[in-house]
Amino acid sequence: MRQLIIQSAVSGLLVGGIYGLVALGLALSFGVLKVLNVAHGELVMLGGYAAFFLFSQMGIDPLVSIPLVFVVLFALGVALYWLLFKFVVRFDIETRIKNSLLISFGLVLILQAIAVFIFSGDDRTIVTGYSSNALVVTGWVRIPWARSAGLVVAIIAAFALEWLLNRTTFGHAVRGTSEDWTLASLTGIDVRRVYMIAFAISAGLAGLAGSLVSLGYSISPSIGLGWTLKALIVIVLAGLGSMRGIVMAGALLGLIEGLASVWVGSAYRGVVALVVFLVVLSFRPQGLFGREGTHV
Amino acid sequence: MSEQVPTDRRDGMFLMTLLPWRATAGIGRSTSGWQVMWWLLILAATIAFGLFSDNERFLTLAIQTYVLAALASSWNILGGFAGQVSLGHAAFFGLGALITRELWLGGRSLPVAVVVALLVTAVAAAVIGVPMLRFRGIYFSVGTLALAVAVFLTAGNLWPGISSLPAEALRAYEFHARYFSALGVVVVTVLFAAWLKRSKIGLGMMTVREDEEAASATGVNAFVYKMAAFVISAVLAALAGAVFGFFSASYYPQFPFSVVWTFDAITVVFVGGVGTIVGPLIGAVFFVTGRDLLSSTFPELQVIAFGVLFILVVLLLPGGFVEGGQRIYEVVSRQRRDSTTPTEAESEGEKQEEKERMDEGHE
Repeated sequence: MRQLIIQSAVSGLLVGGIYGLVALGLALSFGVLKVLNVAHGELVMLGGYAAFFLFSQMGIDPLVSIPLVFVVLFALGVALYWLLFKFVVRFDIETRIKNSLLISFGLVLILQAIAVFIFSGDDRTIVTGYSSNALVVTGWVRIPWARSAGLVVAIIAAFALEWLLNRTTFGHAVRGTSEDWTLASLTGIDVRRVYMIAFAISAGLAGLAGSLVSLGYSISPSIGLGWTLKALIVIVLAGLGSMRGIVMAGALLGLIEGLASVWVGSAYRGVVALVVFLVVLSFRPQGLFGREGTHV
Repeated sequence: MSEQVPTDRRDGMFLMTLLPWRATAGIGRSTSGWQVMWWLLILAATIAFGLFSDNERFLTLAIQTYVLAALASSWNILGGFAGQVSLGHAAFFGLGALITRELWLGGRSLPVAVVVALLVTAVAAAVIGVPMLRFRGIYFSVGTLALAVAVFLTAGNLWPGISSLPAEALRAYEFHARYFSALGVVVVTVLFAAWLKRSKIGLGMMTVREDEEAASATGVNAFVYKMAAFVISAVLAALAGAVFGFFSASYYPQFPFSVVWTFDAITVVFVGGVGTIVGPLIGAVFFVTGRDLLSSTFPELQVIAFGVLFILVVLLLPGGFVEGGQRIYEVVSRQRRDSTTPTEAESEGEKQEEKERMDEGHE
């Protein structure tokens, strides 16, 4: 029993890393552009397929192709910004959330249908030579390499983003824009460019998450909304303003799900996580790691 | 949002005239008898269609439209009137479908089953509303979404098998009974929404939507109005769900709880015109016929084409079809006005009256 609990906790933490990674991208586009991109999970899905085909057609290892997938999704993010979100950011902030919700919901339909059309509805997983290898701790707790990559990449991405936002000129422009875009544009910041790049980075992060999902788990055209929902919950749980906090909240959500599957049964793991989320939301509306007074 | 108030007002006019206790109150003074005629004509056409058509495909499409229109109108009360964007509406739709169907197939009469379903939903909504309505904005949206997904998963765990009508019920399956119950539910929902919009409760809801802080500061009990919107909207959603439970020959009991219903309803409301009475009706007709036309013409690309069409509507008509129609109407009437006499003073008077009514709602 103790073995089962620890094993489930470890698996939960590892999948939680990917929750955190998906949430990082969503938080970036939400925090900066004030748009709610429900199609973020679909970008994860497309990233997964990119990594899958780079591996199966060209033999590039998914851990090596990560930067490539990031670039591909970054470019897709730029394209989506020019085609759709450019028009959304013209509105005032309340209308932006509503319209982006609707437009990205249309995008969900389109991207899912395209994926079914091109890739078929089958489940796919990248099977590498090291897929079944695991680090075995104290004789019985297995930590699969392929899955731990998710947590590691999530942590690296969080630190990289924090560095970008806090230490670079571009990062200051991003933060200024997300605080108050009118003031930012008055001080000479090119708000449109900030929006475009922030959205593209958000798509790129979704791509990273996707390649790790297809490496450690499996992808199919319909996985998107599930990941978006998890990411939304993680963001509200963490509160905006801290990238590290988002990854921690993701890991926490995974951990809760893992433990719930042991204690309550795997059929209710999702339910338990959602209930915990609602309870946390009731008592700490600014999120677990959000600053006092900051609201999503 | 405040600049939309005159739009809201004119839209409500259409239906106001159908309500005898208001038609004489002088509020509907700018409503022409033609509008009443149009509404009665449409209603008569739908009734005639139900009486004389035996085309099962068209009857099914009509029933789908009515269920979606009723569900969208119910969401509109919470999301459009009170401004609380709930992403968990499917939970109440599912609850209505589940309870009605279980009781009905368990041998109770249909009306009893529906009444029980509505009462249970009302209590459930009131209980859930207490913690949920403390959340604001995006927190409320994500909170209700989380709740609906939890309910969806639980329903799937508790009722894993398909729920089918028994053989003798299937043999006696009558499309027209379904058609008229769905039509009845739409009419009830829309009339109720129209009445609510003109009532003091509805004004309170809109006051909360415009500015909750300002409303509270002037003595409006925001929580009470939000709770009223939440419960009313949940009960009407359950009513739509009850029709769906009655209509479906067989389905997974989990299906009506699916988040797809919420998204469809919200889509319909925004495409039609949020906060208006006719918007959800127009939106539902557009949504169901659009989906059906595309699936019969481009079976492979229908979803893609629908997604593109949907995005175009949202981008080009941010206020939905109602606002689009409004703009055309204004352009046309301005041209007509230019050729006759200016009536600026009249519209000023309307605004003044609107303001007075809003002030009334504050007390």
